[in-house]
Amino acid sequence: MLRIPCPHCGERDYTEFRYGGDAGRTRPAHGSQSVRAWHDHVFLFANPKGAHREYWQHVHGCRQWLVLERDTATGSVGRASLARPPGVP
Amino acid sequence: MKLLSRYSAFGLARRALTGARWQRAWRAASPRGSYDVVVVGGGGHGLATAYYLAARHGIRSVAVLERGYLGSGNVGRNTTIVRSNYLLPGNTEFFEHSLKLWEGLSHELNFNVMLSQRGQLVLAHNPVQLDVLARKGNTMRLNGIDAELMQRADVERFLPFLDYSRECRFPIYGGLLQRRAGTARHDAVAWGYARAADRLGVDIIENCEVTGFLRAGERITGVETTRGRIGAGRTAVSVAGHSSHVMSLLGMRLPVESHLLQAFVTEPIKPFLDCVISFGAELFYVSQSDKGGMVFGGHIDGFNSYTQRGQFPKVQTVAECAVALIPSMSRLRLLRHWAGIQDMTPDGSPLIGRTPFRDLYLNGGWCYQGFKATPAAGWCLAHTIATEQEHPLIRHLALDRFERGNGSDEYGLGLRTWVQ
Ligand SMILES: Cc1cc2nc3c(=O)[nH]c(=O)nc-3n(C[C@H](O)[C@H](O)[C@H](O)COP(=O)(O)OP(=O)(O)OC[C@H]3O[C@@H](n4cnc5c(N)ncnc54)[C@H](O)[C@@H]3O)c2cc1C
Ligand SMILES: [Zn+2]
Repeated sequence: MLRIPCPHCGERDYTEFRYGGDAGRTRPAHGSQSVRAWHDHVFLFANPKGAHREYWQHVHGCRQWLVLERDTATGSVGRASLARPPGVP
Repeated sequence: MKLLSRYSAFGLARRALTGARWQRAWRAASPRGSYDVVVVGGGGHGLATAYYLAARHGIRSVAVLERGYLGSGNVGRNTTIVRSNYLLPGNTEFFEHSLKLWEGLSHELNFNVMLSQRGQLVLAHNPVQLDVLARKGNTMRLNGIDAELMQRADVERFLPFLDYSRECRFPIYGGLLQRRAGTARHDAVAWGYARAADRLGVDIIENCEVTGFLRAGERITGVETTRGRIGAGRTAVSVAGHSSHVMSLLGMRLPVESHLLQAFVTEPIKPFLDCVISFGAELFYVSQSDKGGMVFGGHIDGFNSYTQRGQFPKVQTVAECAVALIPSMSRLRLLRHWAGIQDMTPDGSPLIGRTPFRDLYLNGGWCYQGFKATPAAGWCLAHTIATEQEHPLIRHLALDRFERGNGSDEYGLGLRTWVQ
């Protein structure tokens, strides 16, 4: 079972969380006119075999969005940190 | 080495009487310096591509490079459902072409792929679903494909052991039956294509992982492998769950994410279920294998992974689906379950055809539906490689379709492949 170490709630089964995908993607600037940039952002995935940083929301816990380090080749789980550090609106 | 003889009833009888040993089904080839075509990935699709290149296009200098052993990928891990009940233009024709190839495959390959056209019934659990199935059935029939719409009473007569009780969670309103659909023996498909391709001179090279590409500008001229460099006039990448990984060797990103998909089989029981059922309330499909085990599966686990290790919660959801549909299944014990690396795309349709690189072709992103597509994918890709003309049946599956706003979302799944 994939277990996620929530900084607020401790280690929990992944079924308490909602997956949010690759955390390394940056959205094109608001109003950007580049079709290519939007296409790449929306449709292309890095999908690495190995180290991955990804979003999870603790929907059945503190409801915070986290960034988890996970290895997609081995399944091993690293650190989880808050996607939005405390104090940042 | 001498090419292998054909299988025949006479050969079977002779070996039964004399005890003569069977030859191995394909040569253990070692890589040559170069080939006209190199196919990366020894799954069903790669092997079918090699076979049709040799058999239909006379291109016999072909190698299939497989990282592990033949059939170690999804071709040996799937739930073997074969059908052509598709709604969208393009898909309808492609999958019907595939089913027609399936119907002649055992003869074509001289290998019994154990196609069993036992029928597949898709269930509707509310009136709207039944309307959608009626529309799909009409589309199929307009394309000359068999489809029968069933009302609740028809389904009850056909499969009396489903849950028709008043308190059942997902009442059955009817269904759409395709009698020509069914199952095939997954390993036999890989072995049959491998053997038939080998007999035409194709080299099947196992334990040979592609680790890089040879380039001359924007042209791909071969591959780097764990067994040395291999030159190639043309290269086809057909590595299913590893599509992103292999294409990243060229710095390319694909509209693909690799996810876990599990399959399950119970202890064997006496003949009980003689068709394939697709539940309509959740993604769940079940059939009974020739050995008697109930074979079933559901959704992907829900986060990208290359581990081929399924997560426990999915075992529970899938078992719940089984019991919601067929209450008597609650008494069966699960014998085995396993996972494959499923190449998911944003619209649920595959990517097959040319790439931005010259002489490099890609076939991947088959999501839940690559097994039934095996013959047609190989057929169309071989045509595209041999003639340098995209086969008309795969035009709607081109890699650049998202740029053109032409996604092909058969199931209305939306963009985030893990959302269920
Ligand atoms: C559990 C499960 C159930 C399924 N059920 C069905 C079903 O009922 N019906 C249906 O139509 N489809 C089904 N599918 C989908 C179907 O199995 C796949 O879409 C299809 O098998 C993929 O094509 P393939 O056979 O060529 O893939 P694979 O057999 O996975 O072949 C790809 C091969 O490429 C090799 N490879 C990877 N990287 C490299 C490299 N760098 N160098 C060399 N070789 C490499 C791999 O080892 C692998 O053998 C299911 C899939 C799964 C996982
Ligand atoms: Zn929490």
